[in-house]
Amino acid sequence: MSASTGSGSSLRSARLKIWRGTSRENGRYEEFDVAFEDGDSVLDGLVRIRMRQQPDLAIRFSCFNANVCKECTMLIDGEVQYACIAKLHPGLIQLDPVPNLPVLRDLVTDSLSHKERF
Amino acid sequence: MDEVIELATDVLVAGGGGAGMFAAIAAARNGAKAILIDKNVVGRGGASIMAQMTCAAALGETEPDDPQLHLADTLAAGRGLCNEGLAALLCEGAPKRIRELETWKVNWARADNGRINQVLAPGHSRKRCVYVDFLSTGAAICAALRNKVSRNPDIRRLSNVSLTDVVTRDGEAIGAVGFDVGSAAPVVIKASAVVLAMGGMTKMFKRTTSPNNLAGEGVGIALRAGARLVDLEFLQFYPNGHLAPRMVGLDPTTWEPTRVKLGGRLLNGKGEEFLDRYGEAQGEGYSTTRDALTYAIYKEVESGRGSPHGGVYLSFQHIPESALQAALGPVIEIFKRNNIDLTRQPVEVFPIAHYQMGGVEVDTEMASCVPGLYAAGELAGGANGANRLSGNALPEALVFGERAGERAARSAALRKVPDWDMKAAGAQLELIRAVRGQNAGHGPSPGALMSEVKELMWQKVGPFRTAQALSEAQDRLCSMRERELPAAAVSGERTHNASLVEWFELRNGLVAAQALALSALNRRESRGAHQRDDFPATNVQYEKSQRLSLANGRLVSSFEGLPP
Repeated sequence: MSASTGSGSSLRSARLKIWRGTSRENGRYEEFDVAFEDGDSVLDGLVRIRMRQQPDLAIRFSCFNANVCKECTMLIDGEVQYACIAKLHPGLIQLDPVPNLPVLRDLVTDSLSHKERF
Repeated sequence: MDEVIELATDVLVAGGGGAGMFAAIAAARNGAKAILIDKNVVGRGGASIMAQMTCAAALGETEPDDPQLHLADTLAAGRGLCNEGLAALLCEGAPKRIRELETWKVNWARADNGRINQVLAPGHSRKRCVYVDFLSTGAAICAALRNKVSRNPDIRRLSNVSLTDVVTRDGEAIGAVGFDVGSAAPVVIKASAVVLAMGGMTKMFKRTTSPNNLAGEGVGIALRAGARLVDLEFLQFYPNGHLAPRMVGLDPTTWEPTRVKLGGRLLNGKGEEFLDRYGEAQGEGYSTTRDALTYAIYKEVESGRGSPHGGVYLSFQHIPESALQAALGPVIEIFKRNNIDLTRQPVEVFPIAHYQMGGVEVDTEMASCVPGLYAAGELAGGANGANRLSGNALPEALVFGERAGERAARSAALRKVPDWDMKAAGAQLELIRAVRGQNAGHGPSPGALMSEVKELMWQKVGPFRTAQALSEAQDRLCSMRERELPAAAVSGERTHNASLVEWFELRNGLVAAQALALSALNRRESRGAHQRDDFPATNVQYEKSQRLSLANGRLVSSFEGLPP
């Protein structure tokens, strides 16, 4: 959904190393190259990977980049961050599910209060 | 075979934004047990939480005001098509809801004299809009409602539940069907009344201010249940949507409140003021309504005088840094993180899909024509006619949500739906089971189809329309709905299967998109947010509402007072 498609912005490439699996033990890392423009977020990159390469990659978000829904929280190069605000940069970026919560799939953890679940 | 999760309640509310949360609170305080579901997270999904600034209510705190004046402004902005009963309900109900939220600890910004600070927003004749600093109005309202909802023992919240169908029997709503996103387990909720508060369909446009969950599913679900739609062709494009440079961490609607507050200048690609070329859209008073401003920006770019990314400039360079700092506070830091320095450079803006004026046809009880089925918030059509005033969306969510919840609770008490046989939901449940794993690995992904729909809607069903582009869109949408969606590949995974969620978004969202394209094709005039390049004038013969229903899978349109 990047708005910047016109002139003046240079396309670069990041390599996202993403945890794929249904728990912390049962899974593996997969790497994806993603083209980006200056200012694009990690979430922009993940959405592009889902659309063009790997539709089954599990991520979670709602507000996209307004910084209100908090759903896209993940571990980015070892730090807990919102993927919608963290910027892509050239080179390797490692993405893991947030620690201390059960992993549901890939980067999605069971973050809901028990009262909001079945 | 998947085990079905089976629940029962008095009032089922679908959609955990402002309207849905208020509906659940109102249902509970009128004696009902309520279940409140959201595809994302209750209280965090939806559009309300993203609202930054204005919430209109004739409180008369900053200057004398009256709900009747608010109503007159709303009707004028609606270009002759507001449902006056709904508009009056919105304007008369807003002050009470704002005061109530204050008792629920929403800290409305206050002036030095201690009174609630009300500011002027475009199209309003009085200083009427309340807000929470800085740009946190929607977030503050949702936090307060979330708090009320979570402490209410009569409300059960269920997040990550995707609603797929309302279940009807003899033409009446008796509950709903969906699935748990976490496990793909089918869910049946038997209910004596159902309130749909699932927002609009702005996600179906490439450039949008929408969160990821507003795919028009409420529109599709209501149509399938037998409800009618009204004036769906009116979809508001927010004039000053952020375009470039890439900015994250702030909603793309940031610039309009900032422009109004500080007096930002809109300039074309040559650095010239241009609003004075477009009649109504004068540059000085910031009173221009959204439809007129969108028109001016679009036409300026079309004339070849756009900015490098195909928009126009919004400049604050004439404003001293200290004034920017005082007005924007912590937001300046977010701009900095995005390499935006307003003292040195303008930003580029362009209209962006923002809000659906049309929607499910309801009366002032928020009841659709299907007994037991209610709609509220953005999904309820008609209050705003052909163009919504800045600041009217939040009070609409609060007032209509409250009304829907209260009436649904009363109705539920009277028409207790008896425990029904699960066979009534058999076909809908079977669909959920059948779609998971369909064509796995063979065919387009629902996500890729969604990308195409967004591009198509943006290119052909945007604010400026022609019969040709709309017909092309219709053909493409029809093919997607009838051929490509059934052939789409959905993996067989149970746990958090995003393709399954997107498939059902498209199942209902494509019907919504078709309904919008058809409505726009039928309205052969230009009015408010609906501009036809092939019918550029407003035509008094079309000063009437268009209704749509679904009959045997086909959309049927009729204009008020005209034979179908």
